[in-house]
Amino acid sequence: MFGWEWPPHILGGLGPASYGIARGVVNAGCEVTFVIPKPQGDEKKDFLHIIGATNTPIVWRDVDWDYVQKRFGYCMDPQEYYDLRDHIYADFSNMYVNDMGCIEFSGRYPQNILEEINNYSIVAGVIARKESFDIIHAHDWLTYPAGIHAKQVSGKPLCIHVHATEYDRTRGNCNDDDPTYMIERDGMNHADLIMCVSELTRRTVIEKYHQDPRKVIAMHNAVDPLSPDIVNAPVKRGTDEKVITFLGRITAQKGCEFFVEAAARCLWKAPNARVVMAGSGDLMEPMIRLVAQKGLADRFHFTGFLRGNQVYEMFKASDVYVMPSVSEPFGISPLEAMECGCPAIISKQSGCGEILSNCIKCDFWDIDAMSDAMYSLITYPVLHRYLQEEGRKEVAEITWEKVGQRVVDAYKRVLGWN
Amino acid sequence: MKTICLLFEIHQPYRLKKYRFYDIGADHYYFDDYANEEILKRNAYLSYIPAAKMLLEMINASDKKFKVALSISGVAMDQFETYCPEFLDCVRDLVATKCCELLCEPYAHSLSALQDSEEFLRECKAQSKKIYETFKFRPKTFVNTGFIYNDEIGAEVAAMGFKGIITEGAKHVLGWKSANYVYNTTAKHSVGLLFRNQKLSEDIALNFQGGLDARTYMSWIEQSPADEKVYTIAMNFDVVGGIHPASTGIFEFFKALPRFAEEKEITFSMPQEVFENIPSVDTISVGHPISWDGYDKDVSAWCGNELQHEALRAIYSISERLNLTKNDVLKQDYSYLLSADHFKFMSTKYGTYNPFSPYESSFDAFSNYMNVVSDIQIRLKQEFPEDIETEELNPLVKQIDNQGKEIEKLQAQLAEAEAKLAAAGIAAEAAPKKKAPAKKTTPKAGK
Repeated sequence: MFGWEWPPHILGGLGPASYGIARGVVNAGCEVTFVIPKPQGDEKKDFLHIIGATNTPIVWRDVDWDYVQKRFGYCMDPQEYYDLRDHIYADFSNMYVNDMGCIEFSGRYPQNILEEINNYSIVAGVIARKESFDIIHAHDWLTYPAGIHAKQVSGKPLCIHVHATEYDRTRGNCNDDDPTYMIERDGMNHADLIMCVSELTRRTVIEKYHQDPRKVIAMHNAVDPLSPDIVNAPVKRGTDEKVITFLGRITAQKGCEFFVEAAARCLWKAPNARVVMAGSGDLMEPMIRLVAQKGLADRFHFTGFLRGNQVYEMFKASDVYVMPSVSEPFGISPLEAMECGCPAIISKQSGCGEILSNCIKCDFWDIDAMSDAMYSLITYPVLHRYLQEEGRKEVAEITWEKVGQRVVDAYKRVLGWN
Repeated sequence: MKTICLLFEIHQPYRLKKYRFYDIGADHYYFDDYANEEILKRNAYLSYIPAAKMLLEMINASDKKFKVALSISGVAMDQFETYCPEFLDCVRDLVATKCCELLCEPYAHSLSALQDSEEFLRECKAQSKKIYETFKFRPKTFVNTGFIYNDEIGAEVAAMGFKGIITEGAKHVLGWKSANYVYNTTAKHSVGLLFRNQKLSEDIALNFQGGLDARTYMSWIEQSPADEKVYTIAMNFDVVGGIHPASTGIFEFFKALPRFAEEKEITFSMPQEVFENIPSVDTISVGHPISWDGYDKDVSAWCGNELQHEALRAIYSISERLNLTKNDVLKQDYSYLLSADHFKFMSTKYGTYNPFSPYESSFDAFSNYMNVVSDIQIRLKQEFPEDIETEELNPLVKQIDNQGKEIEKLQAQLAEAEAKLAAAGIAAEAAPKKKAPAKKTTPKAGK
């Protein structure tokens, strides 16, 4: 598998999803080698083998065991370095490499991301020659070129996992010559199997990336059960007023302006409610201004970006979670909110809605329906309690183990093993 | 001789429009007129009217040997009056043949039998009255919403004076017993009890497309044990022409029934004839309510989850108080909200999406309904101040009522006296004439 993020060093939803899928696949009886750009040494890797792209030589350097141990010992066995070194396949001495013959990766999303993606695919060539495997699985567009390279080197089938598309990120405003779009489409054209995180994304892939529907399948994400310390953490609540929460990047894609409009309607009618907008983003300031214009600033709170357990604390202190995304390939946060016992309202344009039934769904633009759902949840305790209990049960059934089994079944179909 | 009791159920609820929370207290109209009219007319033209004409034709063609029973809910009759009165004429023609019995059910096709016995009684009375006013027919047989039945309902219905009840032949109640006999209820004042033959009914209602023909169908009845006399076959009327469109041959199937029945010496009867002529073989006790719904034959589709419990509690909690009002519009709106369909739309028994529901999910159905209930609660508060308990309210309303009657009585006496005076030719007329209109306004203000 090729990935870009791995817990605990995560920048978005890709890391946990890649981790969950890999763990599920291992659980279903497969051995997994996972390539990430830059391991830090504290990755969770007890169940699979991790190779760092930044630890893989592409230029031959004569280094002794102790030196390798000293440089890379924190995250790899020196023997592996030598094994990889034996599979350098071309002369890359014109590339910018360090004393180990390796390319330095940031492992983040830097300005020169396209160059980093290209370097990653060069490294993938070395790894693909050294490792033995049956199928290649590439997570998100950053790793598609690496996947294609590995397929060409090994002749093994390529499965790509579409966690998001440029089409969604730009709300449909992307051109055919957009580099990200081109990388995505190229990856899809070369893939033998395309897994999308939802039926919604699957349709985008078929319609906007012109893929053969037969090789595109929906593979919904799952969510990890909450750790006991989060479950048992006390709920921090200062008032007995009802709390309606938005949590996510405050950007156009997340439909934040629809949230503000709907929440305002609800606040005018329900005096005992407050609204929280957690997260940051380019539309935060316009949203603050919009709230002030409506004269609701005293009951409308902006928290800024929340980290780690703060997210769960927020969910536990909320009565309603709203995800009004204009376009959301999957959207894991409603599942997390439901785990915390907070009923969710989600837009029909969110992929996770396809596997959830104990939540309220409405169109992202239908602020009447959205505000009505908010009002119902804070006014009719029975509805709140019902969705809380049934939602918790429902999410508990959505596990990575099941996803892993489905992924492996799909592999077998591609390989013709069943 | 074996006999068939054929029963059709006709009901359409007043579906609610999208009623948002900001409409609460601002908009007192709840119903989706467009959808209600469209659905009623579509069903009427595809199914109800042609099917009623078919029944009439069958009665006439069989020399009145073919008999049938219909149960039309009060809310459906209200809608027919508004949108499709010609169907009511078809039913009048059927009733006029004396081969069509009309059954009584709760006016709003409600769950009152399970929730509130006073409301249940009121609805049954209202329904009997409605049937008499519309068709000049006094119903003697009772069939509850969704064929819901238990011993308590049996006792209440018997106390209202009905001669018999029809319910579902639920296997978990009948056990080894056959549905094809007349039974009687457990109450002290016991009445007849007919159980729907589930297989014969569902062969038509659900599985007709399989190529069923009338000869085979009748031969099943013929081949059943000789002492099983009564076959109660019941379904929704829209099965004929609606669920199974005319192109499936459903009309021809029904039209052929009397002929093959005669061949095999099977007759048709109306339920009241059955209760009069065929003695009961046993008493049957039903503890938990049964219904004709789904596989479970219980009431879980209407009151199976907490949402439904809450909605039922909310609407029935104001029943007593609401019936003290003289505001007929409010009463009518309330009655339309009792229809069982509203609660079925909230069911999560088969998932949160219900294909027959106008809502996208059970949760939508719940919040929409609760918003409407919130509004009707506000209207009730405007009717009677909140700080007066319902128990206190009752005598107060009665007192006002009595005073009104008293005033009317006195006014009548006054008018009489005036008339006598006038007749006696006494000239002093001017003074009492002025007094009379001033008094007339008082009872109105009192109300």
